Amino acid sequence: MSGKMAITTTVNGEEHEVLVEPRMLLVNMIRESLHETGTHIGCDTSSCGACTVLLDGRPVKSCTILAVQANGREITTVEGLETADGLHPVQEGFKEEHGLQCGYCTPGMMMTSVALLAENPDPSEDDIRKAISGNLCRCTGYVNIVKAVQYAAKKQQGVTA
Amino acid sequence: MSTPTVSHVEGAIGQSPKRIEDDRFIRGKGNYVDDVQLPGMLFMSIYRSPFAHATINSIDTSRAMAMPGVLACITGKDLEAHGLAWMPTLAGDTQAVLATDKVRFQGQEVVAIIAKTQPQAEDALEGIDVDYDPLPVIIDPKHAMDADAPVVRTDLEGKTDNHIFTWESGDADATDRAFEGADIVISLDTLYPRIHPAPMETCGCVSDYNTATGKMTVHLTSQAPHAHRTLFALVAGLPEHKIRIISPDVGGGFGNKVPIYPGYVVATAASLLIGKPVKWIESRSENLISTGFARDYHMSGELAATKDGKMLGLRATVLADHGAFNAQAAPSKWPAGFFNIATGSYDMPAAYCKVDAVYTNKAPGGVAYRCSFRVTEAAYLIERLVDNLAHKTGIDAAELRKMNFIQPEQFPYKSPMGWEYDSGDYDKAMDIALELVDYKALRKEQAEKRERGEVMGIGFSSFTEIVGAGMSKICDIAGLAMIDSAELRIHPTGKGVLKLGVQSQGQGHETTFAQIVANELGIPSTDIVVEHGDTDHTPYGLGTYASRSTPTGGAATAIVARKLREKGRQIAAHMLECAPDDLEFDSGTFTVKGSPDRTKTIQECIFKAYQSELPEGMENGFEDVTYYDAPEMTYPFGTYICVVDIDKGTGAVTVRKFVAVDDCGTRINPMIVDGQIHGGLTQGFGTAMMELISFDEDGNCFGSNFMDYLIPTAVESPHWTLGECVTPSPHHPIGAKGIGESPTVGSPQAIVNAVVDALTPYGITNIDMPLSSHKVWKALRDAGVADE
Repeated sequence: MSGKMAITTTVNGEEHEVLVEPRMLLVNMIRESLHETGTHIGCDTSSCGACTVLLDGRPVKSCTILAVQANGREITTVEGLETADGLHPVQEGFKEEHGLQCGYCTPGMMMTSVALLAENPDPSEDDIRKAISGNLCRCTGYVNIVKAVQYAAKKQQGVTA
Repeated sequence: MSTPTVSHVEGAIGQSPKRIEDDRFIRGKGNYVDDVQLPGMLFMSIYRSPFAHATINSIDTSRAMAMPGVLACITGKDLEAHGLAWMPTLAGDTQAVLATDKVRFQGQEVVAIIAKTQPQAEDALEGIDVDYDPLPVIIDPKHAMDADAPVVRTDLEGKTDNHIFTWESGDADATDRAFEGADIVISLDTLYPRIHPAPMETCGCVSDYNTATGKMTVHLTSQAPHAHRTLFALVAGLPEHKIRIISPDVGGGFGNKVPIYPGYVVATAASLLIGKPVKWIESRSENLISTGFARDYHMSGELAATKDGKMLGLRATVLADHGAFNAQAAPSKWPAGFFNIATGSYDMPAAYCKVDAVYTNKAPGGVAYRCSFRVTEAAYLIERLVDNLAHKTGIDAAELRKMNFIQPEQFPYKSPMGWEYDSGDYDKAMDIALELVDYKALRKEQAEKRERGEVMGIGFSSFTEIVGAGMSKICDIAGLAMIDSAELRIHPTGKGVLKLGVQSQGQGHETTFAQIVANELGIPSTDIVVEHGDTDHTPYGLGTYASRSTPTGGAATAIVARKLREKGRQIAAHMLECAPDDLEFDSGTFTVKGSPDRTKTIQECIFKAYQSELPEGMENGFEDVTYYDAPEMTYPFGTYICVVDIDKGTGAVTVRKFVAVDDCGTRINPMIVDGQIHGGLTQGFGTAMMELISFDEDGNCFGSNFMDYLIPTAVESPHWTLGECVTPSPHHPIGAKGIGESPTVGSPQAIVNAVVDALTPYGITNIDMPLSSHKVWKALRDAGVADE
């Protein structure tokens, strides 16, 4: 497979020019070309969501998108959540509520949660469970993940958790 | 024996500090094996057998070799030249690394391809040409010992059948006598189906041979890095001091990452031969079809009782399907693991069990999936039998259990199949659970619903686990005693490092083991950094599985901290010019008895340890190491109660309420204990409701991806109501028993019991997992329930 394509993509606010094979998956570009390994691969069939990133603000499973499809678009990965002001409320929530154990699903789970809260700042428990139903976690049983998202929702709304 | 030190220092036992390890995980800064990217790294893919059983006539790799980026195609014949075509398994069998003569299960490793990039390695799979002669397969283990069954292991000299072992425990004659005197015998044939641990991270490695130093570094998804180093030395013939296993962050293990897999061996051999790092990461399909499955026990159980419900004896026979190679993970002397814990929480005079294991044309395994070596199957069988006994006698399921529980004053309790339970208070756990679930109200509701034709059930599980292997006199793996270790070094300013032989796959060791040090030594838990998983930098240990980390590594940590506390005491006495026995220790401060103003903090003592003028004969430094050989196993227990509603029209089962009361002895970090219980219960729910690896008659594996092998999502996972009971282990230094696995061991049968309880009015006495809607619907239809 030859004939690489040059694409320009903004990842976590930084513009990158990358040469990619047309068939390269977005997740591989993020992990191998940009060496941002916080985005994980768990299933190859877009069933588990470990590879979830935001593409122009919307959550996508980056194992199901070609890198070339990210040309001219903005990507946010787990590495882009923390700012100079500190942790993202979702990151804080996952730690405070013990919403993770092995940490493997966590980046994807957090990206989906970030997207949910952007769309629905005050989700019900059912809303949260539905939103993360495409993200599998084998360790936590989801109870504390739900709490983590609720913690972040409150925090984002300025309510003391 | 010793009791836990009571400490008020920050992060001591009983507090729930947030997890140290989370700081990297929430930032995407974990370091899993697939995150290892080394200069010049090559990539490996594995060509696997499409057949469950076939003779290999020839393997032609020439087309693959001509493909872009391909550097090598390794076959079994190539490995044979290095004595590596076969490897020993943890169970004392052999397993093909790459198939030479035959393939024996679908997905078996045949050729390894090394290429410059991962896509090139995968492309080249299309270029492997293998000429097979398909052979008849043996898929149903019940026919594995038939005279005309195809023999799987023709590689074993003189092998003419598919028998692996027969293992017995207990007293068959005494059990027969107990059954003769019984009013009631409950019989149950049930299958604990083949499932898979399916951690979110698959298995893999990066093997990195340094041609200059001769050192082999293997970044490995390993639950037992030290034991794996020794096994690498024994298998590959590499000198052990030139092998370094690094098990970095591991994305869940659950027993799946205990065995050594062919991919690890080939990647390591390839790195050795080529002199470059080689990465091999399984796809999800490869993980599900070829690496350690769990369970697959066909069980027949009989429970003898008086008409009043007093249990008299248990008899169990098991047919164990081990697949094509006996690659289960269990201590060497325990071919069927600790299945003989099967009398569970009940005091009965006699018991006997017999386990026959057979080869079939299926993937090898039988790993202890979030459990202690077949305790899961045993706990399932007894709890299912007990609920069926309740239905038969008409005695309430809770009352029947309470009538037969081992009583607190009977501990240490010798079970009829030879175990010595350390401690328990089963009635207490049951009472807490009954109150939490509001049992009387539920039974009333159930009676009312039955009047209306609605289907509701209440199921119990009052399990006893056996964990913490443990006990070198009876437990070894490949001859290695199942001890574990802790090395504690405190720097002059009072902050230090704890190095462990055990390894974490998400259990939170970096937090909880620091808490043990905080408790015993009186320095804040955040002043301790915990290191694990790197064999060059940690003391030897047998690893993390079977809920053994806290029972073994946790004990070693408490003991090594106490050793250093005693050194601190000697130093404090020296500085305070008193006898060591005149000092009291509380939360990090030594105080002269009766003189509250004469004190030395542990930090002052530690700093002194790095200065001159120490007590006569004392060496400088503040560090020590402990190897711990458990005197006994630990026996966590609990009572779970599950409430289900069943839709008669669709067969859909809804777990409405699930109460879990666990007793794991002392709880180090209650937040983490609850998290472990949530996770284990959800895995148990998956087992009961949806998870299944099955095969068609040709041995094609169903369940080879996450579209077919279903694990619970957030939508169907129930809410868990947790209760707590604490009965410390009398022989463990801090009274802890281990918690990781109780919920997976204890929960499936509570769900199945609830469903069977719901279906009892229709004459249904058993339904095997997973409880799909179709299966329940069909059971109801077979019982004559009409569509509405």
